[in-house]
Amino acid sequence: MAVDLAPPRLSLRLVQVWRRNLLVWRKLLVPSLLGNLADPALSLLGLGYGLGSMLPAVDGVAYITFLAAGIVCYSTMNSASFEGLYSAFSRMHVQRTWEAIMNAPVGLDDIVCAEIAWAATKSAFSGLAILLLIWVLGLSHSPLTLWLVPLTLLIGIVFGSFAVTMTTLAPSYDFFMYYFTLFITPMVLLSGVFYPVSALPSLLQQIAVALPLLHAIELARPLVYGRVPEAVLTHLLVLVSYALVGSYLAVVLARRRLLK
Amino acid sequence: MLTLQAVRKAYAGREVVRGIDLELRQGECYGLLGPNGAGKTTTLRLALGLIAPDHGSIRVLDQPVPARALEVRQRVGVVPQADTLDPDFTVAENLVVYGRYFGLTEREIRPRIPDLLEFAGLESRADSAISALSGGMKRRLSLARALINDPALIFLDEPTTGLDPQARHLIWDRLKRLVARGKTILLTTHFMDEAERLCDRLGIMDGGRMICTGTPAELVAAHIEPQVLEVFGEGAAHWMERHGTRLCRRWETVGETTFCYLHDIQPALDALGGAAGLRYLQRPANLEDVFLKLTGHELRD
Repeated sequence: MAVDLAPPRLSLRLVQVWRRNLLVWRKLLVPSLLGNLADPALSLLGLGYGLGSMLPAVDGVAYITFLAAGIVCYSTMNSASFEGLYSAFSRMHVQRTWEAIMNAPVGLDDIVCAEIAWAATKSAFSGLAILLLIWVLGLSHSPLTLWLVPLTLLIGIVFGSFAVTMTTLAPSYDFFMYYFTLFITPMVLLSGVFYPVSALPSLLQQIAVALPLLHAIELARPLVYGRVPEAVLTHLLVLVSYALVGSYLAVVLARRRLLK
Repeated sequence: MLTLQAVRKAYAGREVVRGIDLELRQGECYGLLGPNGAGKTTTLRLALGLIAPDHGSIRVLDQPVPARALEVRQRVGVVPQADTLDPDFTVAENLVVYGRYFGLTEREIRPRIPDLLEFAGLESRADSAISALSGGMKRRLSLARALINDPALIFLDEPTTGLDPQARHLIWDRLKRLVARGKTILLTTHFMDEAERLCDRLGIMDGGRMICTGTPAELVAAHIEPQVLEVFGEGAAHWMERHGTRLCRRWETVGETTFCYLHDIQPALDALGGAAGLRYLQRPANLEDVFLKLTGHELRD
C-alpha cells in the first residue's frame, strides 16, 4: 500500500490532545518534577561545583557557568526524548490512547503533532527550571537569558519530533536503547555539553557541526554569558530544519504504522 | 445512514475485504457476523474513514468517506474492541477529555455526565479510577464515552467479547434501549446468540465476503430445515450409517458431532430410542447452522 506522503493536515483539535497530556502531567506532578527537574539540577550542581573545583576557567568563566548552558540544552533534549519515546509509545501502543482519539473527529496528523508539541512543552519546563537555577545561583544576570525560553521550546520540538519518529518505528520499549546508545549519547559527547567542542579532534568537530544539539548549545552558551550569539540565523535555520524534517517523518511514519 | 458499495481492501497483496455491499437503515441494529479474520473490523475501519478502500464507494450519514471522514466521525460513536479508556483519568475525567475531542467544552460536557453514567450503571463511580472497574464496567463506560457527542450512528466492535454472561446481558439491554431511542447501530460479533437477540438484520461474513444478509429468521428459513438433531458419542457414526443417512434430509459433521437437519424430527427420535453409546440434542435451527451450511465450518474459532 502506498504511504500517504502529503504534508501534515492539522486542525485546532490538536490542542485538545495536548491538553489531555497536560492534565495527566498535572495529576502526576510530583514524581514528574523530581525526574525532569531535580535530576538535571543535581547534575549541574554536582558536576559544576565538584568537577569545576578541579578545573581552570573555560571560555574565561568558571566551569559551572560554562556547563550551565550545556545542561539547559541537555536536560531539555532528554526530557523531550523520554516523553516522545516511552510516554508516547505507551499512549500509542500500550494504552491505545491514540486509537481512542482517532475514533473521535481528530486526525492522526493532529495527534502526532500534539505529541511533539507536548514533548516540547514538558521539556521546556525542564530547561526553564535550570534557567531558574542559573539565576538563583547567580551564574548569569543577563536579560539575554530570557531568550532561552523560546530556545528550549525549539530544542523540544526538534528532539520531540525525533523521538516520536522513533516511537512510530518501535516494536517495543527495548528499541529505544538503540536510539540512546547510538544517537543521543554520542551526540551529547560531540556537541559541547560538558567540554568545548574545540577540545575534540578536528574530524569529530566536523561531524559535530551536523548535530542539532551543537547548534542549540552554540545559541544558549553566549546567552548565559550575556552576549548575542554569532551566526544566529544559521543555528536557527539548522534547528528549524531538523524540527520540520523530524515532524514530517513522524507524521508520515505514524500514518504508515496506524492507518492501514 | 450508511452505504458500502463493492468495497475492497487488500493488505500486502492479500484481500481482506473482497467486494462488500452494505446498507444500513435509520433506527435499525445491524450485525456483521463472522469468525475472526472475516473482515468485520476492517469493514468498520473503512466506514469510519480510518483507512481508504482500494475499490468501491462508502457513504456515511450522507457524506462520502474517507473524503469527509472527520465530519462523519463528529456524528458517530465508536466502541472499540480493545479497552482504550484512559487509565490516568477517573471515570468522569475520561468523559470530559473525550468530549473535548469533539470540540465540546467542559461546560457543555459536565451536564451530560450524570445521564451517561446512569445509562452505563456507573452512577456512584464518577470519581473511580479505571483500574478499579470490572471488565463489564469498563465496556459500559466505553459505551457511555461513545455517546458523549449524542451520535446518530453507533459502531460497536465485538461489544461483549470477553465478558461474563451477566455483563453481556447488561450490554445487550443498553443497546436495545439505544435502538428504542432511535439510534442506528452497526455491531460486529462472532456470537450467534448476540446477533439473534439484538440485530434486526444481519450480514454474515466469511473470508472478506458477505455471504448472506437478512433478518435472523429469514436467514434460518431460507437456508436451513427447521429442526436440528446433534448426535455425538462413540455410537454416533454407526447410528448415522444405519438410520441417519436414511432419516435426515441433510447433515454436516464437525469434529465428533454430526448435525442432522430435518423437517420432521419424530422418525429420527424414534430411531434413536434404542441406540447404544451415543447422546443427542434436539433444537430448532439457528444462525450457526446457516453459517455452517454456507461456509462448511463453524462460526466460532
